[in-house]
Amino acid sequence: MSTLEANAGHHHDEGSYLSGPPGMIARIWQWASTVDHKKIGVMYLFAVLFMFFLGGMAAIGVRYELLDPIRTQTTEFVNAAGDIETVTVTTGESLKELMGGMFADGVSGSQIYNRIFTLHGAIMVFMFIIPAIPAALGNFLLPIMLGAKDVAFPRLNLLSWYIYVVGCLFGVFSILLGGVDTGWTFYTPYSTTTDADHWRVVLMVMAAFILGFSSILTGLNFVVTVHKLRAPGMGWFDMPLMIWALYATAIIQVLATPVVGITLLLLIFERVMHIGIFDPSLGGDPVLYQHFFWFYSHPVVYVMILPGMGIISEVISVNARKHIFGYRAIAFSSLGIAGVSFLVWGHHIFTAMGELAAILFSGLTFLVAIPTAIKIFNWVATLYKGSIVINTAMIYALMFLFTFSIGGLTGLPLATLATDLHLHDSYYVVAHFHYTMMGGTVIAFMAGLHHWWPKMFGKMYSEKGAMLGAALVFIGFNLTFFTQFFLGTQGMPRRYANYVDEFQTLHQISSVGSLVLLLGFLVHLFVFVQSILSGDKASANPWGGLTLEWEVESPPIEHNFHKEPILKHGPYDFDSVVPPHWDPKDYPLPEKGNKH
Amino acid sequence: MFNKPATCFRVEKGYDQMTMIDTDTSGVPARILQSPMHWRNAKHQSHWRSGDEEFDAAKFGMWLFLSTEVLLFAGIFCGYAVFRMLYPEAWANGSHALDWRMGAANTAILLFSSWTAANAVRLAQLDKQFWFKINILITILCAIAFVGIKFTFEYGIKLPEGKAPGTFFAYPYATDPHEPLWWSLYYIGTGIHAFHVIIGAFLFAFVLWRAHRYQAYGPTQYTLVENSALYWHIVDLIWIFLFPLLYLIH
Repeated sequence: MSTLEANAGHHHDEGSYLSGPPGMIARIWQWASTVDHKKIGVMYLFAVLFMFFLGGMAAIGVRYELLDPIRTQTTEFVNAAGDIETVTVTTGESLKELMGGMFADGVSGSQIYNRIFTLHGAIMVFMFIIPAIPAALGNFLLPIMLGAKDVAFPRLNLLSWYIYVVGCLFGVFSILLGGVDTGWTFYTPYSTTTDADHWRVVLMVMAAFILGFSSILTGLNFVVTVHKLRAPGMGWFDMPLMIWALYATAIIQVLATPVVGITLLLLIFERVMHIGIFDPSLGGDPVLYQHFFWFYSHPVVYVMILPGMGIISEVISVNARKHIFGYRAIAFSSLGIAGVSFLVWGHHIFTAMGELAAILFSGLTFLVAIPTAIKIFNWVATLYKGSIVINTAMIYALMFLFTFSIGGLTGLPLATLATDLHLHDSYYVVAHFHYTMMGGTVIAFMAGLHHWWPKMFGKMYSEKGAMLGAALVFIGFNLTFFTQFFLGTQGMPRRYANYVDEFQTLHQISSVGSLVLLLGFLVHLFVFVQSILSGDKASANPWGGLTLEWEVESPPIEHNFHKEPILKHGPYDFDSVVPPHWDPKDYPLPEKGNKH
Repeated sequence: MFNKPATCFRVEKGYDQMTMIDTDTSGVPARILQSPMHWRNAKHQSHWRSGDEEFDAAKFGMWLFLSTEVLLFAGIFCGYAVFRMLYPEAWANGSHALDWRMGAANTAILLFSSWTAANAVRLAQLDKQFWFKINILITILCAIAFVGIKFTFEYGIKLPEGKAPGTFFAYPYATDPHEPLWWSLYYIGTGIHAFHVIIGAFLFAFVLWRAHRYQAYGPTQYTLVENSALYWHIVDLIWIFLFPLLYLIH
């Protein structure tokens, strides 16, 4: 059956993918049973944004606790009866004062703090940042950018969304039962002994295990899709760099996640049956757990950042109106990062291994800087002499270059054995990975969300409002985390609810920064809601991009393309496609007042 | 369309198929032949250009999935290697306590069933429906026999002796303090493997039911048979590694 015949059978699907049957229940069923990658992507988007909100609230809780140190003062005085009485007053247990009633009696302020930062970490890592770009934006974009009607296995795609939701429910259920305080890494022996009489920890570990399945299935689907469903005429090097990034991401997801699967399974057995593999009293080795865990969790760091780098390649090239500089270098550096990512897990446990192994892992870790720097330099070179258009997505992309460079460069002292001894497990590490994860992935996610929002929902958003949000996010983010570099180098350890008085000013600046950050995201939320309710109708190609998704309507039809697309030009051939003497201000703007 | 089925159906598709064959569907009852599930009526999903591409993609996806299976078991093998190096005594004792004859029997069963699974794929390609179903059935019976031997003659005998994982370990004659660790790894390794065998049996049962009810698999449509067989081979292969490591090396 040729494609044209296949299309002929689906003339009733020519409307927007967002349109559906009348009636609430019919609509809900249409979405719940859909195998359309665009709907699944949108469902992922809302799910991860909700998890981002939960994890963000936990982060605000962490910063709230750290506003002031915990101080216990004991005073003695003579009471009316003439006896000496001691009164102990504890101040600074902010979280306990705020929400102590939600926990069982006897749970101390520090324990509540431990639970809150564990929730922040576990939710942000497993439920937000891993699926955020590949599963939400990736699902929506990958087939359209390839010129396909759907991913290779649409039903498997829906299944992985449901598995994701089940995983999240396990996590939320564990939180409702009181939460866990193991840290998101579930290090043994703590995770096998804490809360020994309760199922909370098992539930949270199960949640991570189940979410891993979802991640594997999405990765598997994407790898096959990229191999088998490229449009006619699209060779490997005609693919947009976003696809290369998603492809490298998917490979890591497929190859790393099973290892954490068995690790978490062993952890559950260890906790429930004391099988002894990670328990030194039975001959086991807790460091083995850390090796297993980081064998997955370090590569997964690149699951978080690689698709973000893909977004930046697209946004910068489109808004600089210039062919991306060093296409192959960027494409291969994505694969290079994916390859090296499997060889560097040891840098999380430098102090738990021999000197030779530590030196090797240190050297391998430095290797990551090479492909990353290649990307950064290529993006900067793309900007050089480009006709730069500033919009929200571009603002975020430029912000990414700045914050991610800080994140990357501050990683080098952590890879250096001598300095790492001083810096490890300090706030310096916290600041470093927030500059890569938030300053990298979340900023890139925001860039991508603004870049493709008109495509996803067919509506423009208020550029001014979004830029205000971006400015607040930038200021808030740097206030929150730049201070933490100073805290860390001065010796503030991570995961502590308490600190010496000297650190209070920096902690307070950081906490105020987190509120600015929150405000910034609330502005974005407002802008997006306003866009959906009353945004101008988006044209097919509001930014003047050349990749295939800009050739379909906004929002796309059910099967993406009216007929199978044929590639006429490369994804970044601005110099040959865009006419000379072309004013970047002329890019097709939305028609005012033309609403849905 | 198929009210008067042609007696011969020349098969010209089928990427994997080396033989051109004429299949005779004249003896098939119309009820089955007209079912949309019948292999001749199977259509590829609309986002594929052809059924061959869909088949290739499904197989590629399966291979990727198999690589995740290998990595899953890699964790267990890695744990085995680490603790074998640390506690050779416990490992030797544990290995002696296992009955190699049961392991060998199970190895033979799995190898045989892998052969029948491969047969089933070929017979589906050749549209030999009866023998195709027989081979699937033998594969399922082998899976049941494997799990039966495992549970009855191995777990069922070892557990009452106290050779149990973790906290349940109560074997009074253990000479090495790390023997519980051996038994933990033994039960987890073989247990997760047995779980995979059971999943495989259900997979083949589904194939058998669809083959029986609709004749769903034939020369142009055998994706699920092929993928189930691939899965079965990896389950077999993992056992091929588990067997000598657990039973034979002292």
